[in-house]
Amino acid sequence: MKQFGGPAAFLDRSDINTDEIIPARYLTEISKAALKPHLLEDLHLEDGSFDPQSEEIQNAQVLITRSNFGCGSSREHAVWVLEVNGINMVIAESFARIFRQNMFNCGILAIELKKNDLDRLFKLQGKVTVSVDLDKEQLSVSSDNGASVLCPFSLNPFDKQLIAAGGWLAYADAKY
Amino acid sequence: MGKTITEKIFDAHLRDTPTPGNMVLDIDVIMCHEITTPIAIMDLMEKGMDRVCDPKRIKAVIDHVTPPKDAKTAMQAKIMREWARRHNIKDFFDIGRNGVCHALFPEKGFIRPGNTVIMGDSHTCTHGAFGAFAAGVGTTDLEVGILKGVCAFRAPHSLKVVVNGMVPKGVYAKDIVLNIIKQLTVNGGTDMVIEFVGPVVEQMDMASRMTLCNMAVEAGATSGVCMPDLVTAQYLWPFIKDKYASPEAAAAEFSRWHSDPDARYERVLEMDVSKLEPQVTFGYKPDNVQDIGEMAGTPVDQIYIGSCTNGRIEDLRVAASIVHGKTIADTVRAILVPATPLVYSQALDEGLLKIFMDSGFCVLNPTCGACLGMSSGVLAEGDVCASTTNRNFSGRMGKGGMVHLMSPASAAAAAITGVITDPRPYLP
Repeated sequence: MKQFGGPAAFLDRSDINTDEIIPARYLTEISKAALKPHLLEDLHLEDGSFDPQSEEIQNAQVLITRSNFGCGSSREHAVWVLEVNGINMVIAESFARIFRQNMFNCGILAIELKKNDLDRLFKLQGKVTVSVDLDKEQLSVSSDNGASVLCPFSLNPFDKQLIAAGGWLAYADAKY
Repeated sequence: MGKTITEKIFDAHLRDTPTPGNMVLDIDVIMCHEITTPIAIMDLMEKGMDRVCDPKRIKAVIDHVTPPKDAKTAMQAKIMREWARRHNIKDFFDIGRNGVCHALFPEKGFIRPGNTVIMGDSHTCTHGAFGAFAAGVGTTDLEVGILKGVCAFRAPHSLKVVVNGMVPKGVYAKDIVLNIIKQLTVNGGTDMVIEFVGPVVEQMDMASRMTLCNMAVEAGATSGVCMPDLVTAQYLWPFIKDKYASPEAAAAEFSRWHSDPDARYERVLEMDVSKLEPQVTFGYKPDNVQDIGEMAGTPVDQIYIGSCTNGRIEDLRVAASIVHGKTIADTVRAILVPATPLVYSQALDEGLLKIFMDSGFCVLNPTCGACLGMSSGVLAEGDVCASTTNRNFSGRMGKGGMVHLMSPASAAAAAITGVITDPRPYLP
C-alpha cells in the first residue's frame, strides 16, 4: 500500500471546484505528467493571498480545506495534478461525490473531518505535518512549534478496500 | 417500504455488493468524449488491457473542441477515432455528425427508461430526464466501465423536488432549475439523486426535462431524474416503435420504474413557480441566483446561446422569437452554437439561422467549446458573458471572465439591449 501523509498546506475556502484545481485549458494534455506545473493555477482565496508557486504548496503532500472540495467538472485531471505533485491526501469537511470517488479510484485518500476538528487544524501555527493510521482511522496532525491534534475519522469500507487494492482498476480487474 | 425509481434501477442492475451500502452496477450505456477518454485509452494500452466489454454499449463522440483548434486537440480526436475503429464501436460520431454529447445521444435514442448510464462528464445527469440513472464519473470509472461494463456507487439516497403551479410567460426550465439550485445550494444534493416531479414537470417536453436534470450536478447531486411517461415514449417513439403497440403502451410499461408513493426521501422540496421571475446568476457559484430584475442594466460583452443545457431547437426557437427583426447592440458580440447537427439543420429549415445572422449573431458548428473556456468564444480578462450554459465558476469561460447564467430568452434579450434584461417585454 502507498504511504500517506506528510507536510500540509491549507486552503481556507469552501466549494473549491475542479476548474480551480486544474483549468480546462490544460485538458488537452494526454499525459498526467504534463499537468504538473498547473496545480491550483486559477485558485483565488478570499484574502487574495494564494500563490500556487509558494513553498507551502510546492512542498505539500497533504491539502487541508473546507467543505464541498472538488465540486464541478468530473475531470480526474484534478486528482492527477495532485498525484503528480506528490499530494496523497486531502482533508476536508466534505467532498463533491465525483472528486471523492476519483481520489479513492486512484488509491489516494479523501478524508472527511467534523467541522470542529477541522477548525482545530486551521488554528495550528507553523509548519504542519500529517500522519495517518488507517487501521485506527485516526489522523495525527502536528506543528513544528510542538502543538499536535488527534482527529478520528471514518472511511467507507469499500473506499478502504480501494486503498488496499491500489485503486478501482486493479480492484475491478481482479474481481469482475 | 416502497422504492424510488433510482432504487428500482439499482436493484435491476446489481452485480455485486462489495460491502454493505456499496453497490456495483452493470452499466447499459457507456458514453465517451475526447477530453476524458483518450487518457483512459492510453492507460489501458500501456497496461496491455486495451479491450472493450461490449462495443454496442459504448457511444463515443468528439464534441468538446471540434473541429480541433490545435495539434493537441487533433491528437485527442485521433486517439478516439482510432480506438473506435479498432474496437468496432459503431456509434462513434466524428466531425460533421458530431454534437454536444448530452444533446446528441438522446436524439439518437440511446437512453431508455430504466437504463444505467455513465460518462466521464459531470453533466451526464442530463439523461436522467428519460427515467434513467445517469451519472458523471472520472476517467478511472470510465476505464472500468469500458473494460468490465460495471461501475460502483453508494446505495442511492433521493431528494424530491415537487414543482407546482403555472409557469408564467417568459419563465423556462432554466429559470426553475436555477431557483432550485439557489434553494438547495451547491452541495445540498451531494450523494443524492434529485427527483423532479409535480404537475409542471409532467407537462414539460423532453428538452425542458433535460435542462432540469442537466443542472442537478450544480447542486452537488449524483444525478437528476424524471418519471418516464407518455412524453418520454413519444420522444423515443421512432426508436421503440417495433417494440410497443403504441406510445401509450410504452408509457404504461415505463411506469414500472416510477417511484412508489411510500418511497423514502432524504428531503422533499415543494415549490410553486406561478410567481417565479426569470432568474440569473451573479457570482462564481451556480447557487448565486437572483431575479433578473435585480441585475437589469448590467452591461455584458458577449452573448452565448448553446451547450448541453440550452442548445436544443426549442431553445433556439425562443431566442429567435426575441431577436427576430432586430439588431444586436453594437457593444456586444453574440454567438449561437446549435447543440447538434440535427438542431442546426432544423434551425436552417425553420429559418432561425437567418434570423440570428440577420441580427448580427455568429453561428458556429455544434461543440462544447466556450462553455468550458476551451475554444470558439473564450472570454478575455474582464469580459462579461450572458450565457445559457451551466457553470459560472471563476475563469470557466476564460481566465478573468465573468459568466451570468440565464435562459435562452434572457440571453437573447441581452443581445438586443447589451445589458442584462428581463426578456418578458421582448417576447412576441
